[in-house]
Amino acid sequence: MLRFIALRLVKAAIILIAIVTLNFFLIHAAPGDPAAVMAGEAGAADELFLQQLREQFGLDQPLLTQLWLYLVGVVQLDLGFSYRQQMPVAELIGARLPATLLLTGTAFVISIVFGTLAGVMASARVGKWSDTLISTTALLFYATPLYWVALMAVLLFSVQFNWLPGFGYETVGGNYEGFARVLDIAKHLVLPATTLGLFFMAVYMRMTRASMLEVSTLDFVKTARAKGLKKSVIQRRHIFRNAMLPVLTLAGLQAGQLVGGAVLTETVFAWPGIGRLMFEALAQRDYNVLLGVFFVSAAMVLLFNLITDILYRVVDPRIRAS
Amino acid sequence: MPSTHASAARGNKMTDPVSSASAPTPVVTITDLQISLPEGADRPYAVDGISFHLNAGEILCIVGESGSGKSMSANAMMGLLPDLVSPTGGSILFDGIDLLTLSETQLLDLRGKRVAMIFQEPMSALNPLMRIDDQIAEVYEAHGLLTPSERKKRAIELLTEVGIPEPEKAARAYPFQLSGGQRQRVVIAMALALEPDVLIADEPTTALDVTTQAQILHLIADLQKRHGMAVMFITHDFGVVAEIADRVAVMQFGKIVEEGTAKEVLDHPTHDYTRKLIAAIPTLHTGDASAPIETAPALEVIGLTKSYRSGGGFFGGPERIVHAVKDISFKLGTGETLGVVGESGSGKSSVGRCLVRLQNPDAGSVLLDGEDMAHLSGEKLRTARKSIQMIFQDPFASLNPRSKVGRIIAEGPIAHGTPSKQAYARAAELLELVGLDPSAIDRYPHEFSGGQRQRIGIARALALEPKIIIADEAVSALDVSIQAQVLDLLDDLKKKLNLSLVFITHDLRVAAQICDRIAVMQRGELVELGTADEIFNAPKQDYTRSLIEAIPGRQRELEAAS
Repeated sequence: MLRFIALRLVKAAIILIAIVTLNFFLIHAAPGDPAAVMAGEAGAADELFLQQLREQFGLDQPLLTQLWLYLVGVVQLDLGFSYRQQMPVAELIGARLPATLLLTGTAFVISIVFGTLAGVMASARVGKWSDTLISTTALLFYATPLYWVALMAVLLFSVQFNWLPGFGYETVGGNYEGFARVLDIAKHLVLPATTLGLFFMAVYMRMTRASMLEVSTLDFVKTARAKGLKKSVIQRRHIFRNAMLPVLTLAGLQAGQLVGGAVLTETVFAWPGIGRLMFEALAQRDYNVLLGVFFVSAAMVLLFNLITDILYRVVDPRIRAS
Repeated sequence: MPSTHASAARGNKMTDPVSSASAPTPVVTITDLQISLPEGADRPYAVDGISFHLNAGEILCIVGESGSGKSMSANAMMGLLPDLVSPTGGSILFDGIDLLTLSETQLLDLRGKRVAMIFQEPMSALNPLMRIDDQIAEVYEAHGLLTPSERKKRAIELLTEVGIPEPEKAARAYPFQLSGGQRQRVVIAMALALEPDVLIADEPTTALDVTTQAQILHLIADLQKRHGMAVMFITHDFGVVAEIADRVAVMQFGKIVEEGTAKEVLDHPTHDYTRKLIAAIPTLHTGDASAPIETAPALEVIGLTKSYRSGGGFFGGPERIVHAVKDISFKLGTGETLGVVGESGSGKSSVGRCLVRLQNPDAGSVLLDGEDMAHLSGEKLRTARKSIQMIFQDPFASLNPRSKVGRIIAEGPIAHGTPSKQAYARAAELLELVGLDPSAIDRYPHEFSGGQRQRIGIARALALEPKIIIADEAVSALDVSIQAQVLDLLDDLKKKLNLSLVFITHDLRVAAQICDRIAVMQRGELVELGTADEIFNAPKQDYTRSLIEAIPGRQRELEAAS
């Protein structure tokens, strides 16, 4: 197992370097001179100042040298400097990361718990009205665009009923402390997390339902019935465990998007996370920030891929052996 | 299930087997059982008014082809019928109680404890994520017996009883770590756990190799005697019947057409259907034309080698190499049928796949018309592929369900440049040749039965006008009567079109019937190659001998012959 993890980490590192390199070239292929943009932002644009900026940020160096310097920086977790925000990129991302992880993590847990639960319930009542109800609701969530659900949720729950705050991470100027602050943030979290989780909840539900139904036709379920086991035991021990294998794959995919997957939701709900940081950086051509966000997202995808594979080995003995 | 009845049944078990044979006590009495099929099925009843009884201490074989309703009757006894299928009449009396009237809770108590069941597919009958002993312990758990540690101890005892090597180790293993035969032993161990009065075995050896089949049959017969159980053994194979049955009931279209002692039914079948079934079994008599055909070889295989690698890869790690085919050489005469027989994992299918270049051999050559098939590539390989075609095992999986039959057959010739119209006209001719109506051209595969689909598969292979056909287990998935028809068809076509045939099979009876020469394979090696007559009547190798001795029903045939 340790050997497996070590090998996978080495692989992940190589892939990460490849991704960083690729992103680097992609960004530099974009038209426009970053120095000119920076100078424009600063309000001065004479040739001397531009030259000075280029030297300061190493933009006058050959591209490969720039890449090398950037890679060396990345290895030391130095992701460069955001000229616009006047802050190191790593610090900028570090400040935004907790908010995003809180949002996407909550959405992840909500979607996986309620999604599989609904799937199990639907499969146990297949063909009955409750199954139809669950399946139709899931289809609705699945088919509706995320931003629309988000806007409607704001309209309904915060504008119309004023039950929940419609934007932000916490009440501005609220100055809550301790538990009151936690509660305040939790209130702000409800709408964006639910909205973000709905789509995957629907996917988990459909996947779990289909998988449960498929596994329940397999031979070993009949063997279990022939033993005289109760239906609930068969459902839990024999069907559910086997049905969870494909769901696990999907969860791994979703977990990979924990950092980069919330751009839309964060923008609609004014959530101060990585997604919004990326969106703003894109609009302002803040390339170092953009590269930094890409790097962190890629690292997350790789990390969760690894975690999924480890979990797979824990759950399925057949994979452990091969 | 009230426990007072249990003691009565235990009493039955104590009955001396000899006296019970003279005055049999029925354990289960089935009267006028009727099981309805959902609307739209090909007939209204899966089981239509059958009556029979199962005596203590005997093995009753229920024989029939697929769709005869034999499995349905067994599942009805366990209350394990599929959702859309339900008993609509009759009774199943067990221990004075009609099982059809029991509630699900009462059935739970019965299952595994009084009536146990073993299934056809050992590969899928066990939960892949649970250890063996946990799965056996579940039987006790389901009925609230013993403590967890006692359950595990019993599991090991049971595994020992069913003859699994290293039972302590096997107990902690996962199903995928055991072979098919071992898994079937595990399922049997589970069934035995609570000493049931009745054991239902639904085709328990159909998916196994002959030698493993012989062992499992022996085990079931042995356990039946030792535990005094009544066994209801469902099978399609009269060879198995001859090995194991005390009494036989033959089913067709949901009805019992004939019932009697094994000897009566096998030696003097009275019903036409029974006679047809028995006649359809390929006999071990090896035809008359089994002298080697001294013609120019159509195909010459020299030193064919193939191994599979897994693991390893870019970052190293332990690499596993399986030598599937080891340095095999043989010649296939023009117009000859060469059988390749062996157990699963012997490499026989790999040989077939290398011959048609579905897989690339590691070494060796396959000489066809002076060209080495094994080393051709590009356009030359494409052209050469025309002359060697394959028929696959599973008629349900080998035809594209989204393509019409005409397209399935015409696709090959069109790919090789035949004008579409001409290819479709030829497809219609071929369908007629394989005994189907040419109108089949516009229908989809799912509209045909297994036997018909296999005919379509043959027509598809013939469409490219090959010289050589590789048939990989081409009749293994078919019922005996259909099997006989398809074998006849192949033999007929071979003569008509002057084909040479490589016939890969695990079924030695089939090989005996159709092959001129037979190659016996074991663990990737060619153990013995000879005329069918030599192989069956004077085998030189021990392995060949053990294969032949394991053929079910062989003893009876020998006795009948002498």
